[in-house]
Amino acid sequence: MGMQFGIFTVGDVTTDPTTGKTPTEHERIKATVEIAKHAEEVGLDVFATGEHHNPPFIASNPTATLAYIGAQTENIILSTATTLITTTDPVLIAEDYAKIQHLTDGRVDLMMGRGNTGPVYPWFGKDIRQGINLAIENYALLRRLWSEDVVDWSGRFRTPLQGYTSTPRPLDGVAPFVWHGSIRSPEIAEQAAYYGDGFFHNHIFWPASHTKQMVQLYRQRFEHYGHGTADQAIVGLGGQFFMRPNSQDAINEFRPYFDNAPVYGHGPSLEDFSEATPLTVGSPQQVIERTLSFREYVGDYQRQLFLLDHAGLPLKTVLEQLDLYGEILPTLRAEFEKLRKPGVPDAPTHASLVEKAGGAKDSTVYAEGDSATGSSDRDLNDPEVAKVLEGEL
Amino acid sequence: MTRIVVVSAGLSNPSSTKLLADMLGDATARAVQARGAEVEIGHVELRELAHELTDNLLTGFAKPALQAAIDQVRRADGVIAVTPVFSASYSGLFKTFFDVLEQGVLDAKPVLIAATAGTARHSLVLEHALRPLFAYLHAVVVPTGVFAATDDFAGGPELPKRVDRAATELAALLAVGGGAPSAPVPHRTLVEDEFANPTSFETLLKRASEGPPEF
Repeated sequence: MGMQFGIFTVGDVTTDPTTGKTPTEHERIKATVEIAKHAEEVGLDVFATGEHHNPPFIASNPTATLAYIGAQTENIILSTATTLITTTDPVLIAEDYAKIQHLTDGRVDLMMGRGNTGPVYPWFGKDIRQGINLAIENYALLRRLWSEDVVDWSGRFRTPLQGYTSTPRPLDGVAPFVWHGSIRSPEIAEQAAYYGDGFFHNHIFWPASHTKQMVQLYRQRFEHYGHGTADQAIVGLGGQFFMRPNSQDAINEFRPYFDNAPVYGHGPSLEDFSEATPLTVGSPQQVIERTLSFREYVGDYQRQLFLLDHAGLPLKTVLEQLDLYGEILPTLRAEFEKLRKPGVPDAPTHASLVEKAGGAKDSTVYAEGDSATGSSDRDLNDPEVAKVLEGEL
Repeated sequence: MTRIVVVSAGLSNPSSTKLLADMLGDATARAVQARGAEVEIGHVELRELAHELTDNLLTGFAKPALQAAIDQVRRADGVIAVTPVFSASYSGLFKTFFDVLEQGVLDAKPVLIAATAGTARHSLVLEHALRPLFAYLHAVVVPTGVFAATDDFAGGPELPKRVDRAATELAALLAVGGGAPSAPVPHRTLVEDEFANPTSFETLLKRASEGPPEF
């Protein structure tokens, strides 16, 4: 697969400005599943969900969401946009995504991010001023938990680990592919480049010059760290479109959603914003042309995700947008393939990573016995514990 | 070449704020040239950027014309900032421009402050509003600020004298014309610096682990 196409969602519960109707959490959660399933039906490669821990979002617990969707789909890759590497314990991320790997036969990867919600830090006992440092240290630990069977570790942001084994071990001995998402932090481009991981730029909401600068930095540093030439770095982009066969219909229908959207609503006009950012509202042909133009400033890239279900658009409309996306998909694939320079790597998949690792291997850690689990969390043979318990009884 | 940018927040046309801004720009050009240096005076009219400034507050990024103005300020050796007095302070438009500047852009940069109002009763606005704002932004504020009420434009030697004094002080702070070139004054790291000279991952890792445990 040369390039992957998909969608990403942030799971916002937003009032439809044309009807005044706001979906319930339950409706929005179920709609997200419908959207993911339909993404597979129209032939898309990737469904990614964001992570939020506050209203008006239903995007908490992305792992349950992805596993549930995984059980009802066959081919689509499940991903995140983004996983909060800052406030989520890497010990938990290691377990959760390795488990989804097993459940979905390798159809999962993830994107690390710091999120755009400042108040989330204290909700999980973290300090926003340490955002970059948390992203750096937590990810360094996550990699070790996936690549080493037994980990001794100590750091600044969580309690030390002694002889710790994260279970299950990654499927076939190969960890999920990791993307690092950042809009404006060069440090994260540096991190992605250092590890030879993918770099994803959100792209929407921002002028092309921002995106170009970040991707360029990542590519240069990818080459600097010896993972290949700058052209061979693994790049993903966000995007945003609203399509109708007739472009004026698209503009008329989308305008009230744009004008009232939570992020940019009541600000720039639809026309200004479409010019300044990758937002494309128009005919399928216009969306094809605009999307193909992205490679002119970021180079050949591996993954394109669009945000379609937001700003109060009803489920029916989102599913129609997916139908239209499916219709232009063969053209997008063919055109990008034609333009692609030789030597540019395909988008990474579990299969390609297994092949690169020299084949699948069973990575199970077969423990002889269980030295940690007893009949109680209090070890009665430990004289210190016994003393405490006696005092209690 | 010494680059000065005059940021002016006048709304009407003709505007007394713009008039004062031009007087200060011309006087500064003369003062810098008098020290034997070449000078380039640029002008930023915030009125033309009013929509883009509001958009920037909502979208978080600057459109091209505003970005060009921000870049002009970033590259300038010195800034002349002129606002009309609105409700006993600088105008909202004036403040918005300095709100969207990245922290560090004005670090150690000489800034000449000036304001206009209908009456001389507002004259202390320079001291209670503009000077603290630019002190917060780590600018080097020129000791003489220039306040002009409507009456001051009626003629008379007072305003031009004050304009010249402020301009001469600004030129002196720019350290142009003779003497050994001074070392560049350090400023806070801007995003642009990080792109030009990225911090290596080794340093990022080291930085992450420095400091007391946070668990």
